[in-house]
Amino acid sequence: MSEAAALLEVQDLVKHFPVGDGLLARRKGLVRAVDGVSFRVPHGHTFGLVGESGCGKSTVAMLLLKLLEPTAGRIAFDGRDLARARGAALHEFRRRVQIVFQDPYGSLDPRQTILSALIEPLSTLGVVAGRARAVERARESIALMGLDPEVLGRLPHELSGGQRQRIVIARALAVAPQLLVLDEPTASVDVSVQAQILCRLEELKGAQGLTYLLISHNLVVVRSMSDVVAVMYLGRLVEVAAAGELFGTPLHPYTAALIRAIPLPDPEAPRVAALARGDVPSPVRIPSGCRYHPRCPYAERVCRETDPPLAEVRSGHLAACHFPGVASRAAG
Amino acid sequence: MPPRDPGPPVLEVQELSLELGIRGRWVPALDRVSLRIERGEALGLVGESGSGKSLTALSVPGLLPANARVTGGAIRVMGEDVLGRSERELAGLRARSVAFVFQNPTTYLNPVLTVGRQIAEVFERSPELLDPSGRVAALSRGERRRRARHKSIEYLRLVRIPDPERIVDQYPFALSGGMQQRVVIAMALARRPHLVIADEITTALDVTVQAQILGLLAELRRQIDMTLLLITHDLGIVAQLADRVAVMYSGRVVESADVRRLFRAPRHPYSRALLQAVPTLHDDRTVFRPIPGSMPAITDPPGGCRFHPRCPEVFAPCAGTRPGLAPVEEGHTVACHLYGGGAG
Repeated sequence: MSEAAALLEVQDLVKHFPVGDGLLARRKGLVRAVDGVSFRVPHGHTFGLVGESGCGKSTVAMLLLKLLEPTAGRIAFDGRDLARARGAALHEFRRRVQIVFQDPYGSLDPRQTILSALIEPLSTLGVVAGRARAVERARESIALMGLDPEVLGRLPHELSGGQRQRIVIARALAVAPQLLVLDEPTASVDVSVQAQILCRLEELKGAQGLTYLLISHNLVVVRSMSDVVAVMYLGRLVEVAAAGELFGTPLHPYTAALIRAIPLPDPEAPRVAALARGDVPSPVRIPSGCRYHPRCPYAERVCRETDPPLAEVRSGHLAACHFPGVASRAAG
Repeated sequence: MPPRDPGPPVLEVQELSLELGIRGRWVPALDRVSLRIERGEALGLVGESGSGKSLTALSVPGLLPANARVTGGAIRVMGEDVLGRSERELAGLRARSVAFVFQNPTTYLNPVLTVGRQIAEVFERSPELLDPSGRVAALSRGERRRRARHKSIEYLRLVRIPDPERIVDQYPFALSGGMQQRVVIAMALARRPHLVIADEITTALDVTVQAQILGLLAELRRQIDMTLLLITHDLGIVAQLADRVAVMYSGRVVESADVRRLFRAPRHPYSRALLQAVPTLHDDRTVFRPIPGSMPAITDPPGGCRFHPRCPEVFAPCAGTRPGLAPVEEGHTVACHLYGGGAG
């Protein structure tokens, strides 16, 4: 992987949530949402984090934004430990790291015009001085996302889902961030709108010197946008590699199962194959050994007993599996 | 040997037009939509949100929202007219002929009844399903109940639910989303319907679980000759499961063809654009060809061809005249002025 300076570095990140029984508030168990995750994102890269529901990918996003405090581990942004950021440094961090969530409707106040929604972070984060400058910045930002300035006077419900999502992205870009965390940015829009948004994000990345952390369940989106992709399963990264390498030569059986599960828009392509058995287990009851073993068709005794570490199997290609590459060998 | 009489098509939608009451006025939402599904066939109805694909599907078993009214056309299931039937007759149609499976199984399953009880309700409503020889009236209550449970387990097995003898006594909350969706499919199949309508049934599922359900549907098509109307926004799912495809845009069918032909040689500029907007795994990074603009609001559709404001190949007649659906090849129809066909 590239040795360029890392904008974001995550080391052994852990987030456990206690689950009580409500009434007596006695602790009954732990949701191990993020259970030892490490990765680094160099300046100007797009790092894709892919996984199914409950794998912990959105919790990672919340931790990176300091919306949650980690149970253990370290997050460094531009070389500085996030846990120690206070006062002005924390304020600056909040400007430099922005997030776009899946649901643009939930990210916008229904009673606030688009203009106020865009101006608010500009004043809270002290990005520009004075209302006139803020309005100007809001207009620029809207134009960057290919929207007409007349949307500024509208309320969220008067706009289409695609327009709302572009506004949420414009709001994040208005404060001139360095890192944009994109949490399922196109999951709620149609495919033609998805292509518009992803294209624009790709253009802006170069033009604005941005770094992206793209979180998605959609492998095709992640594949098309990312330099490096990490696959997450039940709180852990199970495979990390350059995008082309990961999709071309998946080493973890879970990655192989994800890839073979995608229905390709081609009637001549091989049918989807269900290589993963059953459903994702609850993160309260994480299986012993390799946490993927109950769903893995290639699991052997060692898989039930020993948790495989994430290790470099090929150059720059990490996998947490006792039998890396087993799925592609089995497929011939 | 003479060919076997195929009988009437399982579903025939002819020039269906429908309006929705929005803010005090009637707005056309479906404009002369036609579809046809033969026995054992799977038709994929694709389109983006607002295209009218779900409204079309809901109109078949009479499940339209209260603010909808049909203004023209016909719907026939197994050759029998559906439109204009009473609510009671439609309930009968849903119980026997047309099964609808929705996106979200949790809202469809009753949380306080076991899986077995819910499937058994199908047999209470249609006891003839318990005895093919039709002597069901002679059966005691206990015998009926025993047979209903046995049948329920049989259908759970059909949808590949592991350990069906145990699952039959479970409540829905104890099951994962994928298992719940299988139960809903089992309930649908237990009625032995002529037509199964599946509306975005894997959208709420994870991709590995979706793969299991898609595999199941493909097997069921072979195993029980299931006739399927598949509503989806996902072209990949259509490519995997459908024999034929109808593409909808802004309340109209714009193209209809055999699945291979549509994916290999789409004719309508919207179908072409839609296929190109989907990034694929084979592509190198960032090859998106977005469609400019957005789907028109049904309250304010453009005149002529509704795709013309976004169409890269727009020319003289497109803004003024609605193109009719005309054949370009055997079994392949397109509504576009590029291929003649005239006004529709």
